[in-house]
Amino acid sequence: MSNSNAAMVEKYRNNFLKEVEANVEEGDWVKMCMQCGVCAGSCPLGNAWDHPPQEIFMMIRAGKREDVLTSDSMWMCTSCYNCIVRCPRELPITHIMHGLANYAHRLGIAPKMNPTRRFAKIFWDNVTKTGRANELKLSISLYFMDGIVAGIKQGLEMLPMGLDMLKTKRLDPMCLISHTGIKDTKGLHAMLKKAREIEDKRKGLAS
Amino acid sequence: MADEKKLAAYICKGCGLGDRLDTPQLMTIAEREGKCQVVKEHDFLCSAEGVAMIRADIESDGVTHVAICACSRRAKVEAFNFNNVAVSRGNLREGVIWSQPDTEERREVTQEMADDYVRMACAEIKAMRVPEPNPNHGSNKRILIVGGGISGMTAALESAKAGYEVLLVEKTGVLGGWAAKLYKRVPDVEPFDGPVDTGIDALIDVVNGNSKISVHLNSTLSRTSGAPGQFSVDISQESGATITENIGAIIQASGSEVFDATKLDNLGYGKSPDVIDQVQLEELAKAANGGAIKRPSDGKEVTSVAFVQCAGQRNPFDDNMLDYCSGHCCNTAMKQAMYFKDANPEVDTNILYHDLRTPGNGEDFYRSAQQKGVTFTKGFVKDVVVNGSLNVNFKDAILDEVTSMEADLVVLATGQVPNSGVDIEAAAAPVEDEKGDEQTVAAKEEGVSVLNLTYRQGKDLPHLSHGFADSHFICFPYESRRTGIYPCGPVRRPMDISQAIEDATGAALKAIQAVENAELGRAAHPRSGDLSFPSFRKEGCTQCKRCTVECPFGAIDEDEERYPQFNEGRCRRCGTCMGACPVRVISFDNYSVETVGSQLKAVDVPDEFEEKPRVLVLACENDAYPALDMAGMNRREYSAFVRVIPVRCLGSVNTIWVSDAMNSGYDAVLLMGCKRGDEYQCHFVKGSEIAHTRMSKIGDTLEQLNLEAERVQTFEIAITDVDRVPQLIDEAVKMVDEIGMSPFKF
Repeated sequence: MSNSNAAMVEKYRNNFLKEVEANVEEGDWVKMCMQCGVCAGSCPLGNAWDHPPQEIFMMIRAGKREDVLTSDSMWMCTSCYNCIVRCPRELPITHIMHGLANYAHRLGIAPKMNPTRRFAKIFWDNVTKTGRANELKLSISLYFMDGIVAGIKQGLEMLPMGLDMLKTKRLDPMCLISHTGIKDTKGLHAMLKKAREIEDKRKGLAS
Repeated sequence: MADEKKLAAYICKGCGLGDRLDTPQLMTIAEREGKCQVVKEHDFLCSAEGVAMIRADIESDGVTHVAICACSRRAKVEAFNFNNVAVSRGNLREGVIWSQPDTEERREVTQEMADDYVRMACAEIKAMRVPEPNPNHGSNKRILIVGGGISGMTAALESAKAGYEVLLVEKTGVLGGWAAKLYKRVPDVEPFDGPVDTGIDALIDVVNGNSKISVHLNSTLSRTSGAPGQFSVDISQESGATITENIGAIIQASGSEVFDATKLDNLGYGKSPDVIDQVQLEELAKAANGGAIKRPSDGKEVTSVAFVQCAGQRNPFDDNMLDYCSGHCCNTAMKQAMYFKDANPEVDTNILYHDLRTPGNGEDFYRSAQQKGVTFTKGFVKDVVVNGSLNVNFKDAILDEVTSMEADLVVLATGQVPNSGVDIEAAAAPVEDEKGDEQTVAAKEEGVSVLNLTYRQGKDLPHLSHGFADSHFICFPYESRRTGIYPCGPVRRPMDISQAIEDATGAALKAIQAVENAELGRAAHPRSGDLSFPSFRKEGCTQCKRCTVECPFGAIDEDEERYPQFNEGRCRRCGTCMGACPVRVISFDNYSVETVGSQLKAVDVPDEFEEKPRVLVLACENDAYPALDMAGMNRREYSAFVRVIPVRCLGSVNTIWVSDAMNSGYDAVLLMGCKRGDEYQCHFVKGSEIAHTRMSKIGDTLEQLNLEAERVQTFEIAITDVDRVPQLIDEAVKMVDEIGMSPFKF
């Protein structure tokens, strides 16, 4: 158990709902769910989820902290916004799902090998480095995330498409060497650092 | 009057009648066969000019009986409304030209249909008398209200505001009822976000201060007799004294009791003082008065509370439990959870429900409860274990697991049980003694009567279901089967304060309608304003008591000589007594065995070689007849071999009509009435049901005549069965084709 996680368990004891309200983006809304199940029925990926949103809200109220935060359900959300549109109580369900995923990640108890989480992390690192996404590097990082052998294998598989993209100028090999970032990369990094400091302070998270 | 009878028939040529029908022939029929002294046709009978023509004949020519052969009796009612004359209507438009195709081959049968309807209209007026108001009417307009709760007080105030004197009888020593026992009430005004003051003290002051309302506390009714406009009641007071008062109408607002929670020992009630019902929580909240609510066992401040919804309710599998939902408990539980949350947001409040029901603005209240942090858990509570602490074991219906929660206090939502007095149907289940006389078993009576009616049919209002006082739930919510007595509030169906207030206002209006009609000697409702009333020929009566037993409204008592004693004021004019009478001595001025019998005999029945069968339809004028009219309006075609006679209610159908029809050579008789049973749609509650029972026994009669049983059929028709009614008629004609024509054609 990470330090942050232990601290939160200590702080909120058995009131997981309060913890979610305080620390999860849009977590305030969880109590407003009326368990109609429209979100569960509307989710195009619903059958891939262990717990549909409605059930996650109920689990939060029932204090099932471990089950919720280590679940990979909310990582399955593709942000199609069907549930938000249809929720009769107007809960921002998509945002809550992302909020929960982010919170679990920050506590270090999100499922380690979850592909969504890994992709998100690679993307974040890629885009914050220069302030602009480096598509070639992003693809390569993704191919090689499971090791060199798997990376080469997948790279070869995608080779024809890569060449086609090269021909139609959809891929710039020079990105590997000279990627143009934003003007003030340093300033961006300082901003992100400050933002995280503020957030951590508010939530009481040890960074 | 009989000597001065002057019959007139008017044939309309408007709406295409003149083009489709041979009106000179219709006039000849009215004159020769109908024996009308005045016969006229008009191009547009319902126009001012046409109506003026009829009026002139009535005023200067002495016409007393008018047969209007034009559209359905349901159309142009206001145009053809004449005072002090008897009116019949021949339905040539909806019933003939609109329901028959305009083709060459159907022209002959269409004309035959019209001929018959003219004959029938003329035959009907010949048998009619001009109705006169009931002479035995009362004109007392005071309104008695039984029960001083929120419903009773509202009804009292509304009646007083409308200018009527009110007598309010309350059995306890204070006004206010349950509402006075509440700390606060569920909100009835914007923004519906928290408990509000009940306002009951102010209401009590207004009632006490109103000069038109006299309040009798600690009083009950020990006798109620009479009829609308002329009730007489004995009010027994605490001192033992009895006062007698004359009353015009009665509103029964006797309310409800709380379900006996001692039956719920599996939920810990009685095992721990910390398991309470919603009423007990109101007491705790009143004691706390906005502060922290303390639990009864040791006075500790409650930190966690579990509300168990539907405790002992919505359980049709256990006879000791209530089958129904009491409607208010979800909102009440939320309100009570807010008592805790408003005093201290840290208190853990959990509402365990299976289905949360918060109709109307309750939805905003629900949202507010969620915002305040009340937790809602969908689950089925198995039991509450009392073991030092309280453990509520339940199955979580969302997470699909059996689990439990600990609470300082458990509140059971136990629901409402109507305070509706004696179940007269159970009490009066007849047993026959040696002489064959019916006797009622007094021992079967349970509970204390509220009204103590002296009616032959029992002491209280009949119950509808689950012990709630009867009311015509589908069409006329406040009308009971006892004319002039109107139940309102939770004695009628489960309800909350807002609904009870609305209900009481409606009942007050009904009571006013009843006393005003009574003064004029007219029917109260649903045939509001009808002047006719039943009378019987005493010499012919055999004292069989069928009319007194079958009257759905308890309007007929028995006198000392055991003859029926009609209380015209209580009568709804459905004619069920007329249909019941085996010796046919009961009649109305404008509706009798003869008015219908002579119509069906007036129809010209062709002999069997013409291959034109005749099917008689006796259609209830409330649902089946309008459905037939609408079928005509929608140009739904049906067989031209049918002749329709509207009846006030299927209950008024005397079996003599069926046997007369059979003897006259009709090939089939269809009876069309309303839906019967617990979910009845019959305007007169029992009429359709009684008719079905009677007709189920007609098979023997048909057998004696050597006729097939399927020649007489009874149907339940809703007003919306516009497509079904023509189908039924066509099927009957097809059936006659298959089994052959009646052998009774001459």
